Amino acid sequence: MSRGLRLGLFAVSAAGLTALLLWGVAGLPDFGHYRGPYGFVLNASAPGERHVTNVVAAVVFDYRGFDTLGEEFILFASVMGVALLLRDVRDDPGRRDDAMRSDAVRMVGLGFAAVLLVTGLYVVAHGYLTPGGGFQGGVVVASAFILVYLAGEYRAYRRLTPTAAVDVFEGSGAGGYAVIGVVSLLLGSAFLHNFGPLGTSGTLASGGSIAFLNVASALEVSAAFMLLFTEFLEELSALRPEARS
Amino acid sequence: MIPLQATVIGLVAVGALAVVLTRDLIRLAMASSLYALLLVVLFLVLQAPDVALSELVVGAVGFPLAIVVAISLERKG
Repeated sequence: MSRGLRLGLFAVSAAGLTALLLWGVAGLPDFGHYRGPYGFVLNASAPGERHVTNVVAAVVFDYRGFDTLGEEFILFASVMGVALLLRDVRDDPGRRDDAMRSDAVRMVGLGFAAVLLVTGLYVVAHGYLTPGGGFQGGVVVASAFILVYLAGEYRAYRRLTPTAAVDVFEGSGAGGYAVIGVVSLLLGSAFLHNFGPLGTSGTLASGGSIAFLNVASALEVSAAFMLLFTEFLEELSALRPEARS
Repeated sequence: MIPLQATVIGLVAVGALAVVLTRDLIRLAMASSLYALLLVVLFLVLQAPDVALSELVVGAVGFPLAIVVAISLERKG
């Protein structure tokens, strides 16, 4: 294909794409003017129906709880895939020394790790009261542990996140979510239908089974991110012999 | 669109351009992390704190981390 022909082809497709994009943008609702009824209906009914103050949590763990089950297992399956692919082919990297020698990095890193862990647990626990929830909080908790590694404490990181324990958390988070759905079935309602006392709106004891699903997803997500990071990390150190002691 | 929103949207556009124009891969990881941080501010300004939190943990922490590890794997291996 000659240069002229390619440029011509590009010009035609770029013009077409631009026209399509402009057409689409022209059809968008005005900035800040939400048209659909769904959001307004939920905003009006969810706080009364589910006793939660964060409607997003009610959607994710209740009205659309089944979608979240799918998302949990997407993450679960991909992390299992990574573990299956990387774990078996790797030699044991042996005992590694902590490579970081800077006291300042260590101190700041470990100090922030503690703050981050508490922040993550707070975001998880208040998922149905304020913005946040199992997914976001779970990743924050996982990054607190990863910060321990970044502060140069490789051995402390491995002691804090033994693979056997993280595997159990990962499985019980994903499985627990499904089990809570089955409990709904046993109680005579639909799969993942909210059960339990709805409690007082605005307190930690509210939302019925939203709270349990929230914790299950936090377990799953934090364990998944720790497993992913550990697998990549071990892969890295297996290729870097100078990092071994 | 209030001036604050317009300003942040402009910043996001600048950040996206910076990500596209960065050639060095480690710098690209840093640039994409900063770009995600700008997106977080945009979501906050548009009053979507839940989405902002998700973007913060995935875009500003998870994604750059995966990139940095992948780059080091590629360079060592």
